[in-house]
Amino acid sequence: MQVQGNVFRYGDNVDTDVIIPARYLNTADHKELAAHCMEDLDSTFVTKVQKGDIIVADRNFGCGSSREHAPIAIKESGVSCVIARSFARIFYRNAINIGLPILECAEAVEHIKAGDIVEVDFDSGTITNVTSGKRFESEPFPAFMQQLIVSGGLAAFMAKEAR
Amino acid sequence: MGMTMSQKILASHAGLERVRAGQLIMADLDLVLGNDITAPVAINEFSKFGKETVFDKEKIALVPDHFTPNKDIKAAEQAKTMRTFARHHEITNYFEVGQMGIEHALLPEQGLVGAGDLVIGADSHTCTYGALGAFSTGVGSTDMAAGMASGKAWFKVPSAIRFNLTGKLSRFVSGKDLILHIIGMIGVDGALYQSMEFTGPGVATLTIDDRFTVANMAIEAGAKNGIFPVDEVAKAYLDEHYKKVPRIFEADDDAEWEKTYEIDLSEIKSTVSFPHLPSNTRTIDAVGEIRIDQVVIGSCTNGRIDDLRQAAEILKGRKVAPHVRALIFPATQKIWKQAMGEGLFDIFVDAGCAVSTPTCGPCLGGHMGILAEGERAVSTTNRNFVGRMGHPKSEVYLASPSVAAASAVAGYIADPKRIMEA
Repeated sequence: MQVQGNVFRYGDNVDTDVIIPARYLNTADHKELAAHCMEDLDSTFVTKVQKGDIIVADRNFGCGSSREHAPIAIKESGVSCVIARSFARIFYRNAINIGLPILECAEAVEHIKAGDIVEVDFDSGTITNVTSGKRFESEPFPAFMQQLIVSGGLAAFMAKEAR
Repeated sequence: MGMTMSQKILASHAGLERVRAGQLIMADLDLVLGNDITAPVAINEFSKFGKETVFDKEKIALVPDHFTPNKDIKAAEQAKTMRTFARHHEITNYFEVGQMGIEHALLPEQGLVGAGDLVIGADSHTCTYGALGAFSTGVGSTDMAAGMASGKAWFKVPSAIRFNLTGKLSRFVSGKDLILHIIGMIGVDGALYQSMEFTGPGVATLTIDDRFTVANMAIEAGAKNGIFPVDEVAKAYLDEHYKKVPRIFEADDDAEWEKTYEIDLSEIKSTVSFPHLPSNTRTIDAVGEIRIDQVVIGSCTNGRIDDLRQAAEILKGRKVAPHVRALIFPATQKIWKQAMGEGLFDIFVDAGCAVSTPTCGPCLGGHMGILAEGERAVSTTNRNFVGRMGHPKSEVYLASPSVAAASAVAGYIADPKRIMEA
């Protein structure tokens, strides 16, 4: 499984309040949430993001509130993967549970700029900066994780397993 | 090698004699919590499991506290989704407006959480119950749904950082100043994936409300949980409230600590977190003159009776500055009634404060005190991220109830000592 996209590059401590401000949490509709994704950090994000694009950030991505609406908004906006130096723990769990691929790779983060084209191979864990030609190795995604992503999240995956 | 207090609680709920940091375990839950924002998402996920019933209708707590009393039609629909689910599944611990309070003040008060419990909640401040010696942690809605369906959750056993407390807090300094000081020291990811365990002779000098505040903000240092030993102060609270028999765990003498911080409580000063991170702290003497527009006293962090008493002590016989809006949110109905009985509302209203029914409202920029562009608030809440209380160009300064009350009077961020001496 491979994804490729244009990079949106952010810094440390991107919190769930800027990913999806609480003023929009009066709905759980995925499309409505995606329409306000990253609004308080990068107001042009929703107008620029294309299907397959990748978010690259520094430390503690997704800190703050436990709102699952945050990874849902990112995934629904078309983002195929988030790469960071580290993730806040609740966000990490939530992203996996809803089937948003996330990778910790400090070396890749160091060498990826906004606007670079990046390719991620989940089977091998290889991250390639197509723009610069540099390659980085992260942990490959286990098979169940890839199935979970394809199923659209843990609940759907478990329901499918049960059938 | 011994185990930490957190590790012992996890081991006991996984049916294991011992666990070690990094180990993945499946554990039985004592309580699963959700609110009007996170539960609707969980209920949708729950429906995908194809399960007719929840694992135990008495071990689920649903609290409409975030956008309630309903702030708009969409919020009303979400509250209705949760109410309908609660009725359908005959959830015992559903608290309607009128009985409800802010979840993390309400659940301990209702005796639903206590020493030795393992609790997950679809709210990041679920870590509050560590004040009573419980292992409690925030999760997302899918984990909540799986918890409601199975009564179980998987955990990666955390390592721990120890905060060894000595001494005693000074006058006008509280648990809030202690936890802001700690977050300032270790950073917003200083305890990422780890437990924060508080030990030492200083613990006995902290009130239970101080401990709730400290454990509540463990998440703001990235921690999985924050936890206090169960001493006489905690036992007295549990005796009065807790419905079950407390299970008391203690960290082993040879428990492994990633790091130990020694903290002399007598050295802690009133502390303020500047925008836009809780770790961006300054002691009150280094704040400078910051003019404010709003003061919020309340929330799951600081809406308990001790907090209101501290605010009232400062506001008694004084007036809120003419350019400041001061909003007070007792965290539960019981606290509300207690504050009224003690005459605190007379003090607040005479000073020019507005007193609200319990709600999370302004803390997360939901309703009941939203900031306009360029406005500044001093707030006893827990986060000061960009846009947290309203406009992305507004600012939130986190502080204790004493500092918040003093600031309301002064009209700029103020030291309670100076206001009381004036």
